[in-house]
Amino acid sequence: MNIIVPVKLVPDLVEELSIDASGTALDTAWLRMIINEFDDHAIEQAILLKERTGAHVTVLSTNVEGVDDLLFTAAAKGADRLIKLNGDFESGINNHTLARAMATILRDLKPDLVLTGVQANNDLDGSIGPQLAEYLGMPYIGYVSGVTVSGETVIVRKEYPGGLIVEMEASTPVLLGIQAAEQPPRYVAISKVRQMMKTMSIEELDLSTLDSTGAPVVNRMFQPEATGRATMLPENADNAANQLVTIFKELGVL
Amino acid sequence: MNQDIFVAIEHLRGKVSDISYIMLAAAHDLAHSSGGKVVAILLGHNVQELAGNLKADQVLYADHSFLTDFNPEAYQKTLAKIIDEYKPRAVFFGQTSIGMDIVGGISAQLGLPLVSSVRTIEADNKIISQICGGKIMAECKLPETTALITLVPGGYKPELGQSTQLPPITSIPVQMLDGLRIKLNQYIEPETSDVDISKESLLIAVGRGIQNQDNISLAEELAQAIGGVVCASRPVVDQGWLPTSRLVGKSGSTVKPKVYLAIGISGAPEHVEAITGSDVIIAINTDPAAPIFNIAKYGTTADLFDLVPALTEQIRNIKG
Repeated sequence: MNIIVPVKLVPDLVEELSIDASGTALDTAWLRMIINEFDDHAIEQAILLKERTGAHVTVLSTNVEGVDDLLFTAAAKGADRLIKLNGDFESGINNHTLARAMATILRDLKPDLVLTGVQANNDLDGSIGPQLAEYLGMPYIGYVSGVTVSGETVIVRKEYPGGLIVEMEASTPVLLGIQAAEQPPRYVAISKVRQMMKTMSIEELDLSTLDSTGAPVVNRMFQPEATGRATMLPENADNAANQLVTIFKELGVL
Repeated sequence: MNQDIFVAIEHLRGKVSDISYIMLAAAHDLAHSSGGKVVAILLGHNVQELAGNLKADQVLYADHSFLTDFNPEAYQKTLAKIIDEYKPRAVFFGQTSIGMDIVGGISAQLGLPLVSSVRTIEADNKIISQICGGKIMAECKLPETTALITLVPGGYKPELGQSTQLPPITSIPVQMLDGLRIKLNQYIEPETSDVDISKESLLIAVGRGIQNQDNISLAEELAQAIGGVVCASRPVVDQGWLPTSRLVGKSGSTVKPKVYLAIGISGAPEHVEAITGSDVIIAINTDPAAPIFNIAKYGTTADLFDLVPALTEQIRNIKG
């Protein structure tokens, strides 16, 4: 089974975010980028399938700062082939553009299964999975938290609100939007990633013309004004605990 | 293109989802400025009665046995054809595990613009999206051609999309749906567990800030001391530190306790939408910019690893 996992880097939301001088985009100067957490689950799910039933796993991403680390980490987890896609990503790239350009590359790779994160924290024009599936002519199922492969049949667990799961079935090739792998993404030691840097190579492919039709134009980005704001208690833990006890008593839960 | 605003109604196992009413409320706002009608599109099989309380000027009803349950392929095909035929000003989808499965494909298939994570639509057709876990808002202009919009909850009250008056229903033909590559096998009910967090009155919720599985015990000790129940946001459950039955958020439970103590939870929209029914939210997070402080009544940036044990200790002393 040939599994392709397209992944991307997204802003680390733990860091402070700011808007750049244009007022229409995030300021990338101080932005720390990390792997989209859902993509990390997609990699894990691909590796689990490889371990379970045997598969060849290719992880690919756009050639932006940090991509080598991301790809070598995937290799350390068990990915067999690493690809980075060259293009002009200076001013960022949206999902419509990327899906369209990536489809031509993925078509040549002839995947049986494409796994990608169900969403990313900076998506503004939908998620990439369903768009990519449409350009590839594959069916798409998203919000997937479990995948079983048997021959050409793929059985998935899709999540609905309230903990309800629906089991759906599709024949390959199929594209799945991963919400969560069946187990948390595995940890790999830095030493193993370094080893991959020495033994594995990253292939480079050029993306064709970038066409952003279908993605909205951002007029303005801003940080939300708080509609309400919490009454802040002391930062000192003991003092905060004191006040919380008083509050719990007032609320009748203590 | 006409000026009507379409809403792709979502329903699951015989019940219209709240997001459908929220979309209808938003659609009425937009229709007011476009001068068009609000049209609800209902797909299903023998579900005409679900149209009953939709606040819409018209319901287009597509009935087919292949549309009985949500099937991304069948729903996408059917909706794409309707949108292509009617060419409305805009179409709303839920930013949900149903809407998001099909809207991207429709956008790619029909070449229509798509704006996601939309919370509100303001004057002059400014579309406001909420991204980066609720930390950033983006403003786009409503595209000039038929626009596909996915809506998150929070911007409109569902009641504004409900009506006691039955809207006029028009049955529309469904194209051939043979040869579907996706099929539904079965529903798997949520695992029954010791507790039902949607019914608890005091919830101690832990998020990514708890850092590792061993630290969950800090929350459990506090819950035990005060008489509450531990629940969690998505990252904690995905790590396998707590079972899915304790998940609060989009794929988990919606809760409405008297007190919701959020420990190390940033307040991403998918989580916030499930806790707004709480009487009082109290947040502990070292990041003063965490969105959770915008909906919490009380908050502190104290380090949870100092505060939670101190709080447990004080409560134990009081209770003896």
